[in-house]
Amino acid sequence: MLRRLVNQLLSLLMGSLACLALGNAQAADEAPDAMVLRLSNEVLQAIRADPALQNGDLTRIIALVDSKIMPNVNFQRMTASAVGPGWRQASPEQRRRLQEEFKTLLVRTYAGAINQVSELSVAIKPLRAAATDREVLVRSEIKGRGDPVQLEYRLEKTPGQGTGWMIYNLNVLGVWLVETYRSQFAQEISVKGIDGLIASLVERNKANAKKT
Amino acid sequence: MSGSARLPGLFSAWVASLARRVGLGMLAVTLALVLGGCASGPHANPVDPLEPFNRTMFDFNDALDKSVLKPVATTYRNLVPNLVRRGVGNFFGNLEDAWSVVNNLLQLKGEGTASSFMRVAVNTTIGLAGILDVATEMGIERYSEDFGQTLGYWGVGTGPYVVLPLLGPSTLRDTVALPVEWRGDLVVQQDDIALRNSLSALRLVDKRAKLLSLGQLMEEAALDKYTFVRDAYLQRRRNQVFDGNPPEEPQPESFGTEGK
Repeated sequence: MLRRLVNQLLSLLMGSLACLALGNAQAADEAPDAMVLRLSNEVLQAIRADPALQNGDLTRIIALVDSKIMPNVNFQRMTASAVGPGWRQASPEQRRRLQEEFKTLLVRTYAGAINQVSELSVAIKPLRAAATDREVLVRSEIKGRGDPVQLEYRLEKTPGQGTGWMIYNLNVLGVWLVETYRSQFAQEISVKGIDGLIASLVERNKANAKKT
Repeated sequence: MSGSARLPGLFSAWVASLARRVGLGMLAVTLALVLGGCASGPHANPVDPLEPFNRTMFDFNDALDKSVLKPVATTYRNLVPNLVRRGVGNFFGNLEDAWSVVNNLLQLKGEGTASSFMRVAVNTTIGLAGILDVATEMGIERYSEDFGQTLGYWGVGTGPYVVLPLLGPSTLRDTVALPVEWRGDLVVQQDDIALRNSLSALRLVDKRAKLLSLGQLMEEAALDKYTFVRDAYLQRRRNQVFDGNPPEEPQPESFGTEGK
């Protein structure tokens, strides 16, 4: 009896060690809704624990975004989607700059909302996706003092990369980020071309930087 | 105007009465402008055929907001304690819940009707005429519905995007729904003119104060404020009509990032 118990414990231990040794690529990919919940809670905790973040210290916020959020976001896809057909004609240098400036725009402007985050909690709604779906919609709700805020993510399956799922779009209260920027970008491109869009983004980022 | 109406009352009286009169004439004006304000040419947006008219209205509203409403709302936010402002918000929220009962019923949504009714019952009694939001503490969910959503639920399409003077972003359907909205609006239905105007003004200022930080965000986040507001409004409205579950729109193709 004891021998059996010891055997079971040993195999359990060996199993866990094996998992750790093999690392992420071999371990089962996390489910997308579990990933979103874990990520949201990690970010909320990081913000609660750091007063500098709550005060809007931009360097710290960018560091947080780069370390916790960006590894789980397919930002190239987001940017390409927002830029639209013009992306195909853009050179690699133009693409790099578009991504850079778009990221700066988003981080800078939404960093302002961080100080309202400390009293929030995240609840994930049941996932409605087939096991074989390569793209899923994860629905969550942020509960604060007022009405709960609906926050949703679109993720694509990236086996072996990161946690196995990458975010490529998100919405707040039903307003999708990529779609909202897509019309604005299309407007700029139709009038000024890709370089004109990059210039507008650069200008906007400079103007926002002056304010802080 | 009677001498007892104070300056804010006068302004809000003008706004409220203009809004009422404009609402009835709005339909005619909008229909007339559909032809006049229609955009044509290579930059015409199929979702926004009234773009030239809308942009003019948007700029007008924006200027009015910057010069009058935003400063008043900022002062309100700075002077009035948070607790009092929450009470104000809760009070008007309760009136909205009462209208939601009707609209949930019109949409045959049993749970929404019952929940909204419970909210109004609890908040009006235990919540002291709606000032305390006891219902949310008790976990009774809010099912916000208005007449525009009711029309949308029953299949009425949105129609073109319309920016109304003073009232802001709307759609043809929601504009047509306005007179009914006002029938269900307990503030607008008050007979006492001074009371109605004071309440209308207070509600307007309170709403604007809640949106102050969001407004700031928009200034920085948007490349083109008009387009940003339009797209956000239309998506948000669609989301509301479908209660957070809009049917999936066809996902656009990935532009050259696949296979990388």
